[in-house]
Amino acid sequence: MTCVRTRCIVSLRVYGIYIMTPIQTGSQTVGPFFHYALITGDDQRILATPQARGEHIRIEGSVYDGDGVLIPDAMLEIWQADSAGLFPHPADPRHHEADPEFRGFGRSDTTGAGNRFWFHTVKPGARKNADSTTAAPSINIHVFSRGMLLHALTRLYFSDEPATEQDPVYAALDPVRRRTLLAHRADLPGQPTYRFDIRLQGDGETLFFDP
Amino acid sequence: MLDRSIHPPYLHPPYTSTVKRAPHQPLVPLVYSLAELTGPVYGHESVRAIDNDLTRNAIVNGEAIGERIIVTGRVLDAAGRPVRNALVEVWQANACGRYIHKLDQHDAPLDPNFTGAGRVLTDQNGEYRFTSIKPGAYPWKNHHNAWRPAHIHFSVFGTNFIQRLVTQMYFPGDPLLPLDPIYNGIPSEAGRRRLIADYAHDVTQPLWALGYRFDILLAGRNQTPFE
Repeated sequence: MTCVRTRCIVSLRVYGIYIMTPIQTGSQTVGPFFHYALITGDDQRILATPQARGEHIRIEGSVYDGDGVLIPDAMLEIWQADSAGLFPHPADPRHHEADPEFRGFGRSDTTGAGNRFWFHTVKPGARKNADSTTAAPSINIHVFSRGMLLHALTRLYFSDEPATEQDPVYAALDPVRRRTLLAHRADLPGQPTYRFDIRLQGDGETLFFDP
Repeated sequence: MLDRSIHPPYLHPPYTSTVKRAPHQPLVPLVYSLAELTGPVYGHESVRAIDNDLTRNAIVNGEAIGERIIVTGRVLDAAGRPVRNALVEVWQANACGRYIHKLDQHDAPLDPNFTGAGRVLTDQNGEYRFTSIKPGAYPWKNHHNAWRPAHIHFSVFGTNFIQRLVTQMYFPGDPLLPLDPIYNGIPSEAGRRRLIADYAHDVTQPLWALGYRFDILLAGRNQTPFE
Protein backbone atom coordinates (compact mmCIF):
# COMPACT_ATOMS: atom_id res chain seq x y z
CA MET A 1 0.00 0.00 0.00
CA THR A 2 1.56 3.24 -1.08
CA CYS A 3 0.36 6.78 -1.30
CA VAL A 4 2.11 8.36 -4.20
CA ARG A 5 0.94 11.90 -3.60
CA THR A 6 2.64 12.24 -0.24
CA ARG A 7 5.58 10.03 -1.23
CA CYS A 8 5.37 7.64 1.65
CA ILE A 9 5.05 3.93 2.03
CA VAL A 10 3.33 1.89 4.70
CA SER A 11 6.08 -0.22 6.10
CA LEU A 12 5.20 -1.10 9.67
CA ARG A 13 2.10 -2.03 11.56
CA VAL A 14 2.37 -1.45 15.29
CA TYR A 15 -0.59 -2.20 17.59
CA GLY A 16 -2.85 -2.11 14.57
CA ILE A 17 -1.67 1.35 13.53
CA TYR A 18 0.14 1.80 10.25
CA ILE A 19 3.30 3.86 10.52
CA MET A 20 3.97 5.97 7.47
CA THR A 21 7.65 5.98 6.58
CA PRO A 22 8.97 8.34 3.94
CA ILE A 23 10.73 6.49 1.14
CA GLN A 24 14.37 7.08 0.28
CA THR A 25 15.53 8.70 -2.92
CA GLY A 26 17.03 5.94 -5.05
CA SER A 27 20.50 6.04 -6.54
CA GLN A 28 21.16 6.55 -10.25
CA THR A 29 24.38 6.33 -12.21
CA VAL A 30 26.81 9.24 -12.25
CA GLY A 31 26.88 8.70 -16.04
CA PRO A 32 29.74 9.50 -18.41
CA PHE A 33 29.53 13.30 -18.29
CA PHE A 34 30.15 14.23 -14.66
CA HIS A 35 33.63 15.70 -15.08
CA TYR A 36 32.84 19.32 -15.82
CA ALA A 37 30.63 19.51 -12.72
CA LEU A 38 32.37 17.27 -10.21
CA ILE A 39 36.05 17.30 -11.19
CA THR A 40 37.38 20.80 -10.66
CA GLY A 41 41.12 20.22 -10.42
CA ASP A 42 44.01 18.33 -8.87
CA ASP A 43 43.38 20.02 -5.52
CA GLN A 44 40.53 17.56 -5.05
CA ARG A 45 43.10 14.73 -5.01
CA ILE A 46 45.28 16.42 -2.43
CA LEU A 47 44.03 15.87 1.13
CA ALA A 48 47.08 17.14 2.97
CA THR A 49 48.97 20.43 2.83
CA PRO A 50 52.77 20.16 3.05
CA GLN A 51 52.44 21.04 6.76
CA ALA A 52 50.09 18.15 7.56
CA ARG A 53 51.38 15.84 10.28
CA GLY A 54 52.23 12.21 9.56
CA GLU A 55 53.69 10.19 6.74
CA HIS A 56 52.83 11.74 3.40
CA ILE A 57 51.89 9.11 0.85
CA ARG A 58 50.53 8.82 -2.64
CA ILE A 59 47.81 6.28 -3.35
CA GLU A 60 47.20 5.30 -6.92
CA GLY A 61 45.50 2.60 -8.89
CA SER A 62 43.17 1.63 -11.67
CA VAL A 63 39.61 0.39 -11.91
CA TYR A 64 38.93 -2.68 -14.08
CA ASP A 65 35.70 -4.13 -15.45
CA GLY A 66 34.74 -7.81 -15.71
CA ASP A 67 36.83 -8.27 -18.87
CA GLY A 68 39.89 -6.81 -17.15
CA VAL A 69 39.55 -3.64 -19.22
CA LEU A 70 40.57 -0.32 -17.65
CA ILE A 71 37.59 1.86 -16.82
CA PRO A 72 38.32 5.39 -18.09
CA ASP A 73 35.25 7.09 -16.65
CA ALA A 74 35.09 6.07 -12.99
CA MET A 75 35.17 8.47 -10.07
CA LEU A 76 36.51 7.63 -6.61
CA GLU A 77 35.82 9.40 -3.36
CA ILE A 78 37.86 8.62 -0.27
CA TRP A 79 37.35 9.45 3.40
CA GLN A 80 39.88 8.81 6.14
CA ALA A 81 41.16 9.92 9.53
CA ASP A 82 44.24 12.08 9.94
CA SER A 83 47.60 10.70 11.06
CA ALA A 84 46.39 10.63 14.68
CA GLY A 85 43.22 8.72 13.78
CA LEU A 86 40.96 11.79 14.12
CA PHE A 87 38.16 12.86 11.79
CA PRO A 88 37.48 16.55 11.08
CA HIS A 89 33.78 16.04 11.77
CA PRO A 90 31.67 16.86 14.84
CA ALA A 91 30.70 13.21 15.38
CA ASP A 92 34.32 12.54 16.40
CA PRO A 93 34.50 13.54 20.09
CA ARG A 94 38.11 14.68 19.51
CA HIS A 95 37.53 16.50 16.23
CA HIS A 96 38.85 19.75 17.71
CA GLU A 97 42.26 18.09 17.87
CA ALA A 98 42.14 16.98 14.21
CA ASP A 99 44.97 18.26 12.03
CA PRO A 100 43.82 21.55 10.42
CA GLU A 101 46.25 20.91 7.56
CA PHE A 102 44.35 17.77 6.57
CA ARG A 103 40.78 17.45 5.29
CA GLY A 104 40.00 13.72 5.11
CA PHE A 105 38.05 13.80 1.85
CA GLY A 106 39.32 13.38 -1.70
CA ARG A 107 37.89 12.87 -5.16
CA SER A 108 39.62 11.61 -8.29
CA ASP A 109 38.47 10.50 -11.72
CA THR A 110 40.25 7.84 -13.80
CA THR A 111 40.17 9.77 -17.04
CA GLY A 112 43.71 11.16 -17.10
CA ALA A 113 46.98 9.60 -18.17
CA GLY A 114 47.01 5.83 -17.82
CA ASN A 115 43.43 5.87 -16.55
CA ARG A 116 44.73 5.93 -12.99
CA PHE A 117 43.26 7.62 -9.99
CA TRP A 118 45.65 9.12 -7.48
CA PHE A 119 45.55 10.90 -4.12
CA HIS A 120 48.14 12.73 -2.09
CA THR A 121 47.32 12.09 1.54
CA VAL A 122 48.83 11.04 4.85
CA LYS A 123 48.75 7.54 6.23
CA PRO A 124 45.75 7.50 8.59
CA GLY A 125 46.32 6.69 12.25
CA ALA A 126 44.91 3.70 14.08
CA ARG A 127 41.86 4.28 16.29
CA LYS A 128 40.40 2.67 19.37
CA ASN A 129 36.99 1.12 18.76
CA ALA A 130 34.23 1.48 21.33
CA ASP A 131 34.93 -2.08 22.51
CA SER A 132 38.63 -1.16 23.02
CA THR A 133 39.80 -3.19 20.05
CA THR A 134 42.02 -1.30 17.61
CA ALA A 135 40.83 -0.19 14.18
CA ALA A 136 43.83 -0.46 11.88
CA PRO A 137 44.66 2.45 9.57
CA SER A 138 42.17 2.30 6.70
CA ILE A 139 40.56 4.45 4.03
CA ASN A 140 36.91 4.22 2.95
CA ILE A 141 36.36 4.36 -0.80
CA HIS A 142 33.24 4.98 -2.89
CA VAL A 143 33.40 4.00 -6.56
CA PHE A 144 31.04 5.65 -9.06
CA SER A 145 30.85 5.13 -12.80
CA ARG A 146 28.71 4.87 -15.87
CA GLY A 147 27.17 1.41 -15.72
CA MET A 148 26.86 1.55 -11.94
CA LEU A 149 23.35 2.47 -10.87
CA LEU A 150 24.56 2.46 -7.27
CA HIS A 151 28.05 3.34 -6.03
CA ALA A 152 30.25 0.62 -4.53
CA LEU A 153 31.83 0.81 -1.08
CA THR A 154 35.21 -0.68 -0.30
CA ARG A 155 37.99 -0.06 2.16
CA LEU A 156 41.75 0.17 1.76
CA TYR A 157 44.08 -1.40 4.35
CA PHE A 158 47.88 -1.28 4.31
CA SER A 159 49.68 -4.58 3.55
CA ASP A 160 52.78 -3.49 5.50
CA GLU A 161 50.85 -2.37 8.57
CA PRO A 162 51.04 -4.90 11.45
CA ALA A 163 47.69 -3.77 12.87
CA THR A 164 45.80 -4.77 9.71
CA GLU A 165 45.58 -8.49 10.60
CA GLN A 166 44.17 -7.61 14.03
CA ASP A 167 41.55 -5.17 12.75
CA PRO A 168 38.17 -6.63 13.79
CA VAL A 169 36.51 -5.81 10.46
CA TYR A 170 39.40 -7.13 8.39
CA ALA A 171 39.89 -10.22 10.55
CA ALA A 172 36.24 -11.23 10.15
CA LEU A 173 36.40 -11.20 6.34
CA ASP A 174 37.00 -14.18 4.09
CA PRO A 175 40.79 -14.75 4.24
CA VAL A 176 41.16 -14.93 0.47
CA ARG A 177 38.80 -12.15 -0.56
CA ARG A 178 40.07 -9.70 2.04
CA ARG A 179 43.44 -9.61 0.33
CA THR A 180 41.78 -7.47 -2.35
CA LEU A 181 41.59 -4.70 0.27
CA LEU A 182 45.37 -4.50 0.70
CA ALA A 183 47.32 -1.59 -0.75
CA HIS A 184 50.91 -2.52 -1.54
CA ARG A 185 53.91 -0.27 -1.17
CA ALA A 186 55.34 0.55 -4.59
CA ASP A 187 57.34 3.74 -4.19
CA LEU A 188 57.82 6.12 -7.05
CA PRO A 189 61.06 8.14 -7.08
CA GLY A 190 60.99 10.40 -4.06
CA GLN A 191 57.38 9.54 -3.33
CA PRO A 192 56.17 6.91 -0.87
CA THR A 193 53.38 5.27 -2.88
CA TYR A 194 50.79 2.59 -2.29
CA ARG A 195 49.17 0.79 -5.19
CA PHE A 196 45.50 -0.16 -4.90
CA ASP A 197 43.62 -1.53 -7.91
CA ILE A 198 39.88 -2.10 -7.94
CA ARG A 199 38.29 -4.93 -9.90
CA LEU A 200 34.55 -4.53 -10.18
CA GLN A 201 33.93 -8.07 -11.35
CA GLY A 202 35.55 -11.40 -12.18
CA ASP A 203 38.97 -12.75 -11.19
CA GLY A 204 40.21 -11.00 -8.08
CA GLU A 205 36.96 -9.09 -7.69
CA THR A 206 37.39 -6.48 -4.99
CA LEU A 207 35.51 -7.12 -1.78
CA PHE A 208 32.68 -4.61 -1.56
CA PHE A 209 30.64 -3.78 1.49
CA ASP A 210 26.91 -3.17 1.50
CA PRO A 211 26.85 0.57 0.91
CA MET B 1 21.01 1.26 5.67
CA LEU B 2 19.95 1.50 2.07
CA ASP B 3 16.39 0.42 1.32
CA ARG B 4 17.03 -2.18 -1.37
CA SER B 5 13.47 -1.99 -2.67
CA ILE B 6 14.28 1.61 -3.59
CA HIS B 7 17.91 1.47 -4.66
CA PRO B 8 18.86 -0.31 -7.89
CA PRO B 9 20.85 -3.54 -8.08
CA TYR B 10 24.33 -3.42 -9.62
CA LEU B 11 23.34 -5.83 -12.39
CA HIS B 12 20.45 -4.54 -14.49
CA PRO B 13 20.93 -6.06 -17.98
CA PRO B 14 18.59 -3.68 -19.85
CA TYR B 15 21.23 -1.04 -19.01
CA THR B 16 23.99 -2.80 -20.91
CA SER B 17 26.94 -1.04 -19.24
CA THR B 18 26.02 -2.75 -15.96
CA VAL B 19 26.81 -6.20 -17.37
CA LYS B 20 30.61 -5.89 -17.10
CA ARG B 21 30.69 -3.43 -14.22
CA ALA B 22 28.40 -5.11 -11.68
CA PRO B 23 30.14 -6.90 -8.80
CA HIS B 24 29.12 -10.57 -8.72
CA GLN B 25 30.22 -11.50 -5.22
CA PRO B 26 27.80 -10.96 -2.34
CA LEU B 27 28.12 -7.62 -0.57
CA VAL B 28 29.56 -7.83 2.92
CA PRO B 29 27.59 -6.10 5.70
CA LEU B 30 29.65 -3.46 7.48
CA VAL B 31 29.06 -2.51 11.10
CA TYR B 32 29.32 1.25 11.01
CA SER B 33 32.16 2.86 12.88
CA LEU B 34 33.21 6.48 13.19
CA ALA B 35 34.70 6.16 9.70
CA GLU B 36 31.20 5.72 8.24
CA LEU B 37 29.37 8.06 10.62
CA THR B 38 31.57 11.03 9.73
CA GLY B 39 32.13 12.68 6.37
CA PRO B 40 33.22 15.88 4.72
CA VAL B 41 31.78 19.04 6.26
CA TYR B 42 30.85 21.88 3.92
CA GLY B 43 30.31 25.53 4.66
CA HIS B 44 29.60 28.70 2.79
CA GLU B 45 33.17 28.84 1.53
CA SER B 46 32.24 25.79 -0.58
CA VAL B 47 29.92 27.69 -2.93
CA ARG B 48 29.68 31.08 -4.59
CA ALA B 49 26.37 32.95 -4.81
CA ILE B 50 26.14 32.53 -8.57
CA ASP B 51 26.85 28.79 -8.45
CA ASN B 52 23.13 28.01 -8.10
CA ASP B 53 22.08 29.96 -11.18
CA LEU B 54 22.97 27.91 -14.24
CA THR B 55 21.33 30.52 -16.49
CA ARG B 56 23.98 33.05 -15.42
CA ASN B 57 27.04 31.19 -14.16
CA ALA B 58 28.50 30.61 -17.62
CA ILE B 59 27.45 33.66 -19.60
CA VAL B 60 29.89 34.60 -22.37
CA ASN B 61 28.01 36.76 -24.82
CA GLY B 62 24.30 36.42 -24.17
CA GLU B 63 21.47 34.59 -22.43
CA ALA B 64 21.33 30.82 -21.98
CA ILE B 65 18.75 29.45 -24.39
CA GLY B 66 15.71 27.37 -23.42
CA GLU B 67 12.87 27.14 -20.96
CA ARG B 68 13.90 28.67 -17.60
CA ILE B 69 13.20 26.52 -14.56
CA ILE B 70 13.57 26.86 -10.81
CA VAL B 71 14.19 23.62 -8.92
CA THR B 72 13.85 23.57 -5.16
CA GLY B 73 13.37 20.99 -2.46
CA ARG B 74 14.55 19.75 0.89
CA VAL B 75 17.31 17.30 1.72
CA LEU B 76 16.06 15.05 4.54
CA ASP B 77 17.52 12.17 6.51
CA ALA B 78 15.80 8.78 6.79
CA ALA B 79 13.74 10.07 9.71
CA GLY B 80 12.52 13.02 7.64
CA ARG B 81 14.64 15.61 9.45
CA PRO B 82 16.26 18.39 7.44
CA VAL B 83 19.94 18.07 6.55
CA ARG B 84 21.57 21.48 6.84
CA ASN B 85 24.63 22.57 4.86
CA ALA B 86 24.29 19.57 2.57
CA LEU B 87 26.34 20.15 -0.58
CA VAL B 88 24.19 19.59 -3.68
CA GLU B 89 26.03 19.45 -7.00
CA VAL B 90 24.02 19.36 -10.23
CA TRP B 91 24.85 18.85 -13.89
CA GLN B 92 22.74 18.44 -17.00
CA ALA B 93 22.45 18.69 -20.77
CA ASN B 94 21.39 21.95 -22.39
CA ALA B 95 17.95 22.63 -23.88
CA CYS B 96 18.92 20.71 -27.01
CA GLY B 97 20.00 17.61 -25.14
CA ARG B 98 23.73 18.23 -25.51
CA TYR B 99 26.30 18.07 -22.70
CA ILE B 100 29.28 20.37 -22.87
CA HIS B 101 31.44 17.31 -22.08
CA LYS B 102 34.01 16.66 -24.80
CA LEU B 103 32.94 13.03 -25.13
CA ASP B 104 29.31 13.89 -25.90
CA GLN B 105 29.06 13.34 -29.66
CA HIS B 106 25.32 14.02 -29.99
CA ASP B 107 24.74 16.10 -33.11
CA ALA B 108 22.91 18.94 -31.36
CA PRO B 109 24.10 22.49 -30.79
CA LEU B 110 26.10 23.60 -27.79
CA ASP B 111 24.96 26.75 -26.01
CA PRO B 112 27.93 29.10 -25.57
CA ASN B 113 26.25 30.63 -22.50
CA PHE B 114 25.40 27.44 -20.66
CA THR B 115 27.62 24.75 -19.15
CA GLY B 116 24.89 23.01 -17.14
CA ALA B 117 26.90 22.69 -13.92
CA GLY B 118 26.04 24.20 -10.55
CA ARG B 119 26.22 23.72 -6.80
CA VAL B 120 24.36 24.90 -3.74
CA LEU B 121 24.25 24.33 0.03
CA THR B 122 21.03 23.56 1.85
CA ASP B 123 19.87 26.19 4.34
CA GLN B 124 18.70 25.87 7.94
CA ASN B 125 15.52 24.12 6.77
CA GLY B 126 17.45 21.68 4.61
CA GLU B 127 16.23 23.53 1.52
CA TYR B 128 18.16 24.07 -1.72
CA ARG B 129 17.15 26.06 -4.76
CA PHE B 130 18.67 26.61 -8.17
CA THR B 131 17.72 28.19 -11.47
CA SER B 132 18.45 26.49 -14.76
CA ILE B 133 17.25 25.65 -18.25
CA LYS B 134 15.03 22.63 -18.79
CA PRO B 135 17.33 19.96 -20.26
CA GLY B 136 16.45 18.21 -23.51
CA ALA B 137 16.21 14.47 -24.09
CA TYR B 138 19.20 12.93 -25.85
CA PRO B 139 20.01 9.75 -27.74
CA TRP B 140 22.46 7.16 -26.44
CA LYS B 141 23.77 3.85 -27.69
CA ASN B 142 22.34 1.45 -25.09
CA HIS B 143 19.95 -0.10 -27.61
CA HIS B 144 18.32 0.75 -30.94
CA ASN B 145 16.68 4.19 -30.87
CA ALA B 146 17.45 4.70 -27.19
CA TRP B 147 16.74 8.15 -25.74
CA ARG B 148 17.31 9.33 -22.20
CA PRO B 149 14.37 11.21 -20.71
CA ALA B 150 15.17 14.80 -19.71
CA HIS B 151 16.99 14.70 -16.39
CA ILE B 152 19.22 16.61 -14.01
CA HIS B 153 22.06 14.78 -12.25
CA PHE B 154 22.30 15.34 -8.49
CA SER B 155 25.24 14.62 -6.19
CA VAL B 156 24.40 15.04 -2.50
CA PHE B 157 26.56 14.88 0.63
CA GLY B 158 24.62 14.37 3.83
CA THR B 159 26.22 14.50 7.23
CA ASN B 160 28.28 11.35 6.89
CA PHE B 161 29.97 9.04 4.41
CA ILE B 162 27.16 6.49 4.21
CA GLN B 163 24.53 9.09 3.37
CA ARG B 164 26.26 9.80 0.06
CA LEU B 165 23.82 9.87 -2.84
CA VAL B 166 24.18 10.36 -6.58
CA THR B 167 20.89 10.34 -8.44
CA GLN B 168 18.91 11.89 -11.29
CA MET B 169 15.80 14.05 -11.23
CA TYR B 170 13.18 13.55 -13.94
CA PHE B 171 10.28 15.68 -15.15
CA PRO B 172 6.59 14.79 -14.77
CA GLY B 173 4.78 13.41 -17.80
CA ASP B 174 7.90 12.51 -19.77
CA PRO B 175 6.89 9.83 -22.31
CA LEU B 176 10.43 8.42 -22.35
CA LEU B 177 10.38 7.35 -18.70
CA PRO B 178 8.75 3.91 -19.25
CA LEU B 179 11.39 3.20 -21.93
CA ASP B 180 14.47 4.22 -19.94
CA PRO B 181 16.56 1.37 -18.46
CA ILE B 182 18.33 3.69 -16.01
CA TYR B 183 15.14 5.09 -14.49
CA ASN B 184 13.65 1.58 -14.50
CA GLY B 185 16.68 0.27 -12.62
CA ILE B 186 14.78 1.39 -9.52
CA PRO B 187 12.93 -1.76 -8.47
CA SER B 188 9.67 -0.34 -7.12
CA GLU B 189 7.05 1.97 -8.57
CA ALA B 190 7.10 4.08 -5.41
CA GLY B 191 10.88 4.41 -5.70
CA ARG B 192 10.69 5.42 -9.35
CA ARG B 193 7.97 7.95 -8.60
CA ARG B 194 10.31 9.48 -6.00
CA LEU B 195 12.74 10.51 -8.77
CA ILE B 196 10.15 12.59 -10.63
CA ALA B 197 9.93 16.23 -9.59
CA ASP B 198 6.52 17.77 -9.00
CA TYR B 199 5.50 20.77 -11.02
CA ALA B 200 5.07 23.48 -8.35
CA HIS B 201 3.02 26.49 -9.37
CA ASP B 202 3.89 28.22 -6.10
CA VAL B 203 7.55 28.07 -7.12
CA THR B 204 6.84 29.28 -10.66
CA GLN B 205 7.71 32.95 -11.06
CA PRO B 206 5.34 35.04 -13.21
CA LEU B 207 6.81 36.07 -16.54
CA TRP B 208 10.09 34.37 -15.66
CA ALA B 209 10.44 30.63 -14.93
CA LEU B 210 8.55 27.39 -14.23
CA GLY B 211 8.94 25.85 -10.79
CA TYR B 212 9.61 22.26 -9.77
CA ARG B 213 9.90 20.70 -6.35
CA PHE B 214 12.22 17.74 -5.73
CA ASP B 215 12.79 16.51 -2.18
CA ILE B 216 15.74 14.20 -1.52
CA LEU B 217 15.54 11.63 1.23
CA LEU B 218 18.90 10.19 2.24
CA ALA B 219 19.56 6.83 3.86
CA GLY B 220 20.71 6.96 7.47
CA ARG B 221 20.05 9.46 10.19
CA ASN B 222 21.73 12.71 11.06
CA GLN B 223 24.30 12.46 13.77
CA THR B 224 23.47 14.22 17.02
CA PRO B 225 25.66 17.30 16.48
CA PHE B 226 23.44 18.24 13.57
CA GLU B 227 20.07 17.77 15.24
